Amino acid sequence: MKWSELFTSSVGKKWIMGLTGIFLVLFLIVHVGLNACIFAMDGGVMFNKAAHFMGSNAVPRILEIGLFAGILLHIVQGWSLELSNRAARKKGYAIPMGNKGSKWYSRSMGLLGTLLFLFLVMHIAHFWVPSRITGLDPVLIDGKEFHNLYGEMLQLFQGNLLVVILYVLGCFALAWHLLHGFQSAFRTLGLTNNRYLILVEGAGALFSILVPLVFALMPISMYMGWIK
Amino acid sequence: MQHYNMNLTLKVWRQKNAADKGHFETYPVKNISSEMSFLEMIDVLNEQLIKEGKEPIAFDHDCREGICGMCSMYINGRPHGPWQHNTTCQLHMRAYQDGDTIVVEPWRANAFPVVKDLMVDRSAFDRIIQAGGYISVNTGNAVDANATPIEKDKADDAFAAAACIGCGACVAACKNSSAMLFVGAKVSHLALLPQGSPERKSRAVNMVAQMDKEGFGACTNTGACEAVCPKGISIENIARLNREYMMAGLTEDK
Repeated sequence: MKWSELFTSSVGKKWIMGLTGIFLVLFLIVHVGLNACIFAMDGGVMFNKAAHFMGSNAVPRILEIGLFAGILLHIVQGWSLELSNRAARKKGYAIPMGNKGSKWYSRSMGLLGTLLFLFLVMHIAHFWVPSRITGLDPVLIDGKEFHNLYGEMLQLFQGNLLVVILYVLGCFALAWHLLHGFQSAFRTLGLTNNRYLILVEGAGALFSILVPLVFALMPISMYMGWIK
Repeated sequence: MQHYNMNLTLKVWRQKNAADKGHFETYPVKNISSEMSFLEMIDVLNEQLIKEGKEPIAFDHDCREGICGMCSMYINGRPHGPWQHNTTCQLHMRAYQDGDTIVVEPWRANAFPVVKDLMVDRSAFDRIIQAGGYISVNTGNAVDANATPIEKDKADDAFAAAACIGCGACVAACKNSSAMLFVGAKVSHLALLPQGSPERKSRAVNMVAQMDKEGFGACTNTGACEAVCPKGISIENIARLNREYMMAGLTEDK
């Protein structure tokens, strides 16, 4: 079998979705961990230092290129699969099956993914663009100048209910996308059997609830004034 | 359970041939016994239609004991009707009450074109089997089944996968019209056995290639196939197919 055939068959395309999906799950661990530094209650010192490391060190900057490539591949491949899967049934049923046998979110990965894509556009414009391209206000920590990304977060979320709601909705979309995607990726990669299934499904459910919850707490805490 | 009779309203998909657009036709059916099977109920309706000089409803059936995989009705939004692990022929009218309306549609998938009314062409499945769903025995008779010792768990898993009757309910239920549960079952029951081992790589690759060629969608692991499978084929077989396919793709010599 040619390499091209391996990755363009229906199973191969799903393998790419699964591999990029797990890569993005790993990214989420890094992202939620670093951002949780805002809960250090030190006025953003630890968070700004962590953000500075991610923005200035060569290793995360190179990984960042891989991250963008992974996200792009996941989105483009996802859309292409969604379209070809929809096209496989030109004439539908008068009475759809609905929730008889499958969960709504498992059938709505294309929609949830598209919502996440829209969220990402907003999210990148809010934080990535100013910190990497247009620049941020400086802040002095221990006599050294750092980008004040923490200040940017506070400014965005304090007193801005609409943005906070959009971020929380983004977290809901992420939770449902992960609730199906996490375990589905392992199934697609053929990594589940009866012995590992409970582990994969359990870890998937825990991850899908915990990570979006911690993410959602960030704008909520700033809006409510729990962290300043 | 107490026997009872019922009057029903049937909405059935009628389509003269593959080129016809097709439409729903509504039929009242009277005095249906709760002891009848669903297909016997359709037989009664067809007798009635023939007496009225109308065209009877065309539908697939053969053994009528739940093992041949021919019957293929999508009943009230579920392949093979409301019961678990059940084929249309084994669905009995005690599942319904007097006055119920039942909507009957054919399997819907581009790869299963409608031939007439409720009959679809499932030869796509035959072509997938022809692509590799067999073991090659070049000479002599088939060896005795117990000549090769096989551990019990493996034999059981292989048997459970081999229980697939190829009815196509998995495709009919899947939002992507994916045939992965069918192909997963067929690849699994041979891959788990020593007799299937020599050809396991080419089998997985060729059967998936044929499946794609027939126009079935990709699997998104929603689990709808497993939920409607009359033989309870586990979705675990899809994970095994994914594994077999990639192992073959990465390690084949050619």
